[in-house]
Amino acid sequence: MSTHVEARRGVYYDSVTLMRVSRQLSARAEVSHALTAMATELNRDLLTQMGFDPPQDVGPGDLLVAIRAVDQTVLADAREALDVLLTDASSAKVSAQGLGTVPPARTIGSAAGRIDATLALVSVPGPYAFMEAMDALTAGLSVMIFSDNMPVEEEVALKDAAARLDLLVMGPDCGTAVVGGAGLGFANAVRPGPVGLVAASGTGSQQLMSLLDTAGVGISHALGVGGRDLSATVSGRSTLQALAALDADPATELIIIVSKPPSQRVAGLIREAVRRLSTPVLFALLEQDEDDLTAVAERALRALGRPVPAWPHWPAPVAQAPAPGFVRGLFAGGTLCEEAMLIATDALGPIGSNLRRTATGEPAWTHGQASTGHCMIDFGADEFTAGRAHPMIDPALRLERLAAEAADPSCAVLLLDVVLGYGAEPDPAALLAPAIEDALASRDGDLAVVVSLCGTAADPQDRDAQAAALRDAGAAVFCSNATAARHAAGLVQGP
Amino acid sequence: MPQEPADLSVVADPPQAAAASHPIGDQRGARLGGLLNREPGIVAAGTPVLTDALAQQAVPVESVDWRPPVPGATEPLATVLGHPKHAAANATAVKRLLASRPHLVDVRPAGEALGLTAGTFFHAGPPVTWERASGPMRGALIGAMLAEGLADDPEAAERRLARGDAGPVTLDSCHHHRTVGPMAGVVGPSMWMFVIEDAEHGGTAFCSLNEGLGKVLRYGAYGPEVVDRLHWMSAVLGPALRAAIRRHGPVDLKAIMAQALQMGDELHNRNRAATSLFVRELAADLAEVEGGAEVLRFIGGNDHFFLNLAMAAGKGAADAARDVPGSSLVVAMARNGTDFGIQLSGTGDRWFTGPAGVPDGLYLGSYGPGDANPDIGDSTITETTGLGGFAMAAAPAIVRFIGGEVPDALAATQRMYEITLAENPVFQVPILSFRGTPTGIDATLVARTGILPVVNTGIAGRVAGTGQVGAGLVSPPAKIFTDAVTALAETLRP
Repeated sequence: MSTHVEARRGVYYDSVTLMRVSRQLSARAEVSHALTAMATELNRDLLTQMGFDPPQDVGPGDLLVAIRAVDQTVLADAREALDVLLTDASSAKVSAQGLGTVPPARTIGSAAGRIDATLALVSVPGPYAFMEAMDALTAGLSVMIFSDNMPVEEEVALKDAAARLDLLVMGPDCGTAVVGGAGLGFANAVRPGPVGLVAASGTGSQQLMSLLDTAGVGISHALGVGGRDLSATVSGRSTLQALAALDADPATELIIIVSKPPSQRVAGLIREAVRRLSTPVLFALLEQDEDDLTAVAERALRALGRPVPAWPHWPAPVAQAPAPGFVRGLFAGGTLCEEAMLIATDALGPIGSNLRRTATGEPAWTHGQASTGHCMIDFGADEFTAGRAHPMIDPALRLERLAAEAADPSCAVLLLDVVLGYGAEPDPAALLAPAIEDALASRDGDLAVVVSLCGTAADPQDRDAQAAALRDAGAAVFCSNATAARHAAGLVQGP
Repeated sequence: MPQEPADLSVVADPPQAAAASHPIGDQRGARLGGLLNREPGIVAAGTPVLTDALAQQAVPVESVDWRPPVPGATEPLATVLGHPKHAAANATAVKRLLASRPHLVDVRPAGEALGLTAGTFFHAGPPVTWERASGPMRGALIGAMLAEGLADDPEAAERRLARGDAGPVTLDSCHHHRTVGPMAGVVGPSMWMFVIEDAEHGGTAFCSLNEGLGKVLRYGAYGPEVVDRLHWMSAVLGPALRAAIRRHGPVDLKAIMAQALQMGDELHNRNRAATSLFVRELAADLAEVEGGAEVLRFIGGNDHFFLNLAMAAGKGAADAARDVPGSSLVVAMARNGTDFGIQLSGTGDRWFTGPAGVPDGLYLGSYGPGDANPDIGDSTITETTGLGGFAMAAAPAIVRFIGGEVPDALAATQRMYEITLAENPVFQVPILSFRGTPTGIDATLVARTGILPVVNTGIAGRVAGTGQVGAGLVSPPAKIFTDAVTALAETLRP
């Protein structure tokens, strides 16, 4: 027989809780006696009657614990079980409600205590995001920061705190994540599977998960890290955390990192970290002379020994013939815009865009400017979203622009993206299809519309129905953004 | 685009080797607190579109009713919340507050216990001068001058207090001397004090003895009956209590308070259960000492007798939580009838003050809001330690007295969980399924949410000498919490 007796000073539980704990402990196999009780005179006597030696110098404000079991192993297990029971007893109290209505939580910290939470999602205005995110970390939760306009020092402070606590900060300006099957922000409905994504780019992540899902391969988790994570200042703090976590995740067999090209020093850090992982890693870097996202998806499939499908494509009802003129790309997804530009630049030369800077550091295109030459505009960029919703939620600005481009006779091809998934517009084709029809009707057969449709069959908008509606309006529709961009560039390049 | 893999696009290992080292379901190796292998549960603050999208996927979501912080607080809040030691500092401070084990160990005259000399008085709230003192504070000081024999009549007392003749009188805040006092909280050398010891941390705290209701010094009355009662308290009540307590041994106040909460007290405006429990504890010993019967009769007629013990217990607990660098825990809330002041654990003895408000409540007899003095007293030490207004749900019997209904009491306590750091494991509210009282006000949470601490209070008459005119609820000025957070931020900047 092994015996354990201790007094925990100043620890108080009510007698009903303690009686329940005692009963649960005594009910364990090979535990002969167990008592948890406040050290009142009565309980000290009870302990003596049970054959234990009560500790000296204890009073009603102290907790007595006494267990007798067949051997040390059983005893140790029982002591561990005791701590769990006592912890549960206190946490049950936190969620206890009683009479009256519980007012809504007013801070992340307060809400965190109310459910069995794993993650906080912060989308409050940027200047206030830091304190809510810090609150999440303090409460032991990883956090996704959807908010933008957070100063970089705050981002670094949050990520350092997260590293100390072994938690993850996704963001700021993180639009997409899939964690444990839950799609956060803008995310597609994808099946569970072996590929883990680490993404500094939201729509890049959506393009990859949609293509892989289309090929029958699911996602374990897609962890966003925020667009600045691989910058020299932030140094890949979240990317490194995310890589280590996915490497330890039994469900993840292959990792893909999606990002704009990192600074050289950060690239070195990441490369070094990747070398130490036991999980293979692919890079999707949005850069000239790098694989495009579709090519990376295909490499992932090959690495997993899975067949590469023909990517879904819905040809325009009237065959689109090459014609002279310019490509005008109107995008909701920044990374899709970036990728399309990289591809089109290969074929067509320089392209005007709000994502590009001139030699003097000015934006190569700004909001309100008329398009000249080939142009691609990211409507999700800050200058369009200040004070209004993202174009994936509110398409008004982009539709206005679409009509303006159609009225410009030098515009030969309109390239549009449509991003489906949770959080996005419930039926983007409902507004876009008539706009496309009007645009085509206003021209004399010298305009082609090409749509890059990023989504899965399981998305709430129903990808295939969206594709059909857009196709019926006269557009050529592609699931691969890269293919859509090549098709668009090919139309103006001539035979 | 060329299809050659670029420099970074390396496959670190052949794909097949990966999964073997990670047995399925092994939680011990999990990173990020199990983020990747637990069922997701999300807490969300911000745009409802994102919460709706989660609900659409049947993911459990707890939404925050988020609002921007109090104006001017954003920058200091970011500094304080972003400091690596802040969370741990708050945890340490509130743990000390909760762990405190106050025992009543003695009753002694203030002159002896606190070294208080003739001509010096302590008072409630942050420091205040005679010139800025309100009616009830002035009345109480006049009464104390008379009781101490420093003046023959109120006019002479007033002249001397105003430094007109016969030398100055020194005033200081009770809080500066481990002491608290209800309402005006005036303490003179001849007044007897409860002496509390914190068995956990070894600290000591003091509070005067409760005079009862009606025309009493703490409400600013100074007539002959007030002075006579004070003399009786010094001559009979104090010595008898001392003798009884010395016979009995230390009285565990925390145990009495925990039981009283379950008997309908909130220990600020209702102390009927606690007073009864205290008397029961001490009755046998009181019966054995000189004046015991008189003392039992006096306490029996004063439902608020225990208030001063609850306050001293609170002061001991709050003082145990002082001086933790970086902590935004409120360790004092107190009013002097002119100013409402708070102190934080991380900002030492500095007071952050604003104008004391006039309580909103019910009035006795023909008195009305026009007769009310701004908020006064150290009894907010009860709210500071998770009692009083914070434990309102435990005391439905008195909600009408302070101008509310039972649902208001439940809502008040529930709301306070949003601005406190912990739930007291000993002080429980039966009607909330024995949830612990919301304990330990975090000034950063007040500044973030704009939710102000709810305070139950008595209302003193505006004119010196009037006494109590009512009871009700009052809020501190919001600005003092922002000021305190701003000052704390200063201490944390490199």
